[in-house]
Amino acid sequence: MRHGFKRASILPGFWPAFGYSVFYLSLIVLVPLSAVFLKTATASWAHFWKTISSPGVVASYKLSFGASLAAAAVNVAFGLVVAWVLVRYRFPGKRLVDALVDLPFALPTAVAGIALTSLYTEHGWIGRWLVKVGIRVAFTPIGVFVALVFIGLPFVVRSVQPVLEDVDPQMEEAAASLGANRWLTFSRVVFPLLRPALLTGFAMAFARALGEYGSVIFISGNMPMRTEITPLLIVTRLEQYDYAGATAIALVMLVASFALLLTINLLQWRSRRYAEAA
Amino acid sequence: MKPRSDAAHHDPALLRYGLILVALLFLGLFVVLPLIAVFAQALEKGWGAYWAAITEPDALSSIRLTLLAAGIAVPLNVVFGLAAAWAIAEFQFRGKNVLITLIDLPFAVSPVIAGLIYVLMFGAQGWFGPWLNQRDIKIIFAVPGIVLATVFVTFPFVARELIPLMQAQGTEEEEAALVLGASGWQLFWRVTLPNIKWSLLYGVILCAARAMGEFGAVSVVSGHIRGETNTMPLHVEILYNEYNFAAAFAVASLLALLALVTLGAKRLLEWKVRQDYSSLTAVEGAEG
Repeated sequence: MRHGFKRASILPGFWPAFGYSVFYLSLIVLVPLSAVFLKTATASWAHFWKTISSPGVVASYKLSFGASLAAAAVNVAFGLVVAWVLVRYRFPGKRLVDALVDLPFALPTAVAGIALTSLYTEHGWIGRWLVKVGIRVAFTPIGVFVALVFIGLPFVVRSVQPVLEDVDPQMEEAAASLGANRWLTFSRVVFPLLRPALLTGFAMAFARALGEYGSVIFISGNMPMRTEITPLLIVTRLEQYDYAGATAIALVMLVASFALLLTINLLQWRSRRYAEAA
Repeated sequence: MKPRSDAAHHDPALLRYGLILVALLFLGLFVVLPLIAVFAQALEKGWGAYWAAITEPDALSSIRLTLLAAGIAVPLNVVFGLAAAWAIAEFQFRGKNVLITLIDLPFAVSPVIAGLIYVLMFGAQGWFGPWLNQRDIKIIFAVPGIVLATVFVTFPFVARELIPLMQAQGTEEEEAALVLGASGWQLFWRVTLPNIKWSLLYGVILCAARAMGEFGAVSVVSGHIRGETNTMPLHVEILYNEYNFAAAFAVASLLALLALVTLGAKRLLEWKVRQDYSSLTAVEGAEG
């Protein structure tokens, strides 16, 4: 077993390091996570199904999935522009702008939540102008979307940026010398190289948006059937001591997250292979 | 980066300015404006009210609890990160990629679920609930639960920074030190640690920042007992829900400052981390 499992090495400390890692991983992550699956297994199938398909819960899936998809799509478009500008152009304050891209990673979600809410209520700096043209953002599904754009913002930029930096300038020169104009060069030469990174960024932003809680619950207003996201339903079930209900909804979310994690890993593996082949 | 003067890479000026404008407007709207809003509203009622909001007893106790949770979570995850990186980067074994994926799991899980799993384990109706209850040990709605949830959400940060670097650095230096008679600990302290110190520090900063800012997971296990189980983000929520906006934003501004410090440290350390990596390309260059 020992020989088949690990290749011989003269370096010390494999078993303590490996053993401790697996032990700590199990203790903090694997065993507690398995509780969701085991708890669901003890509930009846009918009850489980009734919980995860009740109208309020289904409405929350629609909002969570819809707003997350829309936010991730917006981040793909603007993330590409931001990455392009940061890699290709020079302008004053560029390093500051580059640093600010990471703010949504660093700013605690509750802070982001109350800041966005205050901007978009009808008295807020942005909301007071939008309300004049009849658009309400705070306490509507649009508010959920705005919060999710904020928290997903860095993913696409940060996954596209290194790939764009590595694009071989000779390829664009070759395309130009063959008579391609700038747009054709971009769409046929550069864009295909960026596609795996864009997809990865999209999937990461989407996955993060699905599970997001802190930045959304302030701006969404949490109106039943209208602006309740799925993670919020888990919290309200828990507050009512409905552990089985909370766990059933959590299981649906976990399955969706794991499927996305798998997709992201596959995408990254494919883009690595792509990079190695290039 | 070399300057690109070639027409093949040069976008027309109009397009260039247009795209820069779009990028700046997008970031201004979604990043800069919220940040300014935090500080503007924190100081809306003046410095006196600001100071009062962050020094009142409940605020201070939330700051203490936040520092305590981060102070426990960070060292635990540093030890784990070092152990995992050592096993993964220095040795070849089966199932390594599975282990790497599992380490990333906490990033894929909604913070709310991170809280829920500990309620299922240690809550009153949880697996160990009755056992804990008999012995009068409180984990959920108490400080240990907050620490556990914080450890979970910050779990991958240090390991994630160290594994790719140590994998790229390879094992030659360690093997050489061993052949020269170094002990296992000497190997670690004198050879490995100096090679990874900046990445380690970077991982620690990311881990600490996330630990102090975590909201969802902590909110589920905290029970929101004022002055006892409220961390800073939870204190912000309570103040906000009581329409005490200036105070909420005052405490939030401390967290926003923390985020700005994190970003500054990130810039600085990225440069240092590149040194970690470039020392290694120098070695490779000499070999090749």
